[in-house]
Amino acid sequence: MTARTVLTIAGLTLREAARRRVVWALLALTVVLLALSAWGFSKLVGLDTEFGTMTSGEARLVASLLLNLIMFGLSLIAAIGTAFLAGPTLAGELESGQALVLLARPVRRSSVLLGKWLGLVAFGSGYVVLAGLAQILVVGATVGYWPPAPATGLALLAAETVVLLTLALLLSSVVSTMASGIVAVGLFGATWVAGVVGGIGGALGNEGVESVGTVSRVLLPTDGLWRGAMNAFQDPIALVQMGPGEGGFPFLSEAALSPAYLAWAAVWIAMVWGLTALSFSRRDA
Amino acid sequence: MSTAGPSAVAGPDDVAVRAAAQLVRDLPPAPALWCDGLRKRYGRRTAVDGVSLSVGRGEVVGLLGPNGAGKTTVIKMLLGLVRPDAGEVMVLGRPGSDPAARARVGYLPELFRYQPWLTAAEVLELHVRLSGADVPAVERHGCLELVGLAARAGDRVGGFSKGMQQRLGLAVALVARPELVVLDEPTSALDPLGRADVRDVVLSLKERGVAVLLNSHLIGEVERVCDRVVVLDRGTVAASGTLAELLGRREVRLHLGSVGPEGQARLAAAGPLEREGAWFTVGLPAEDDGTTVPDLVADLVALGVRVHAVEPTRISLEERLLGILRANSGDGRP
Ligand SMILES: Nc1ncnc2c1ncn2[C@@H]1O[C@H](COP(=O)(O)OP(=O)(O)OP(=O)(O)O)[C@@H](O)[C@H]1O
Ligand SMILES: [Mg+2]
Repeated sequence: MTARTVLTIAGLTLREAARRRVVWALLALTVVLLALSAWGFSKLVGLDTEFGTMTSGEARLVASLLLNLIMFGLSLIAAIGTAFLAGPTLAGELESGQALVLLARPVRRSSVLLGKWLGLVAFGSGYVVLAGLAQILVVGATVGYWPPAPATGLALLAAETVVLLTLALLLSSVVSTMASGIVAVGLFGATWVAGVVGGIGGALGNEGVESVGTVSRVLLPTDGLWRGAMNAFQDPIALVQMGPGEGGFPFLSEAALSPAYLAWAAVWIAMVWGLTALSFSRRDA
Repeated sequence: MSTAGPSAVAGPDDVAVRAAAQLVRDLPPAPALWCDGLRKRYGRRTAVDGVSLSVGRGEVVGLLGPNGAGKTTVIKMLLGLVRPDAGEVMVLGRPGSDPAARARVGYLPELFRYQPWLTAAEVLELHVRLSGADVPAVERHGCLELVGLAARAGDRVGGFSKGMQQRLGLAVALVARPELVVLDEPTSALDPLGRADVRDVVLSLKERGVAVLLNSHLIGEVERVCDRVVVLDRGTVAASGTLAELLGRREVRLHLGSVGPEGQARLAAAGPLEREGAWFTVGLPAEDDGTTVPDLVADLVALGVRVHAVEPTRISLEERLLGILRANSGDGRP
């Protein structure tokens, strides 16, 4: 009974995603991004600089940076896409009367929520993994750079998306409309900026500024997961080449993720999900 | 008793349990819908204040009352969509807090929207899946046919007119073989033909023993299909009862010529008589089996009375409702 409800709602959520124009717009954007990057990377190979042709090492460094940059773009697209899909769901559907007809069926609200969440997770992480993989292949084919741990990186990107859409769902159970999507994306951007600020603080040896990044990474795990993903995509030599003191650079990450941080991200997701379930079950339809 | 061995105890206990089970089986089935002392506040405004009502199996009950009386709020509390501040709900013999209670319930909300990106057929399929029923595609299509949407089965709901959405809502309420159907203003957006269709649908549900709770502002509609009526006013039950109880006795008005003393006596024998020129009003007995009026007319004709017109009259539900609501507003409450 419950499993069927969950699967039915998950399927409905995916179908909604597939039939919304916004989603196709996002996909088109992705294809454009992939094509542009393929063109750019192919130009990169034979690039003449003032100092002569780039060495293969330099090319790998640049490719590594650019790959992270593009991955950031992809994760941003995924974040915006899922946040805007998740944003108007719970409260918006309650207000428009869409939820009324569903919730009058013999379904538990937590099952409906789980179904929605699973559908969004499948959509968001499916998108990041596929688009990310395509990008890795593009880079591999054009400059011959292959990231050290592509699977880990893609999984972390997916996890980042899951964190964000869970947050967007919580917001959507409290406030309606697009506002929750906008707030979720805003928080996502804010933690990223806080992470960069913290990195600069670290590079300058200022502990106060560095803690900004640390705290924000605990409060909303998107940036921490993103840094883990970058670490898995970048050339290990890149950091050495950039040299110490460049830790503040936003598209390179110094360390891989600790298991404790991953566990925290999982706990964070479970907690926010539980809060959402609580608030959704108490809402009047 | 407690001194007997375990096996000896099991015997009589077993018998007792079985007897109790039999007793429970023989009980009349629980009402389709029952609630007691429902209360709901929105902020400082009390929307529903101690409403108790019940809908028997196969019974059609009308829920009437002015705008803002709390009808929709009561319905939503009955279906677990709104949390009551106090009160109990039982749906088809199960507590309303148990989602399984709604497995055989069809609901047409007052204000609603379906997923606009689904087609009409997909909406029905979704609801059948969620209700856990196993309804073949042919039967689902039959439901769309019933509400006149068969030709639009493959069209997206987002492009439906308001009335078409309401028709689809009716199909959704009916599709999962319900034992209880709750209709919250099912005809508010419908054309006259659609209204007649809804009336027929409710009557056919009644015929099949499906219980119906019908909230409508079209009193004539309610009067025609409902066995019983509950009138809500400002969050409380202002009146309830069968139509006969609420409407009281019926009368017949006759326009007669050349009424002699014998005719007059015959009229008086039929029931309490009032006269206004050539118009005579005769009160009919409550237990009228339908023969009183034809017999009276036949006898009058035999007595040489000229019968110009015979009009059965009944204080209409509308008049009665207005009376109840006016009396209610006169009792000093704000
Ligand atoms: N979500 C809500 N928030 C605040 N007040 C509400 C809410 N829903 C209903 N009310 C209030 O509860 C009261 C009853 O509303 P309800 O919708 O039950 O009336 P109704 O009898 O169905 O009226 P109508 O005939 O107009 O449909 C009204 O005073 C209304 O303002
Ligand atoms: Mg209403």
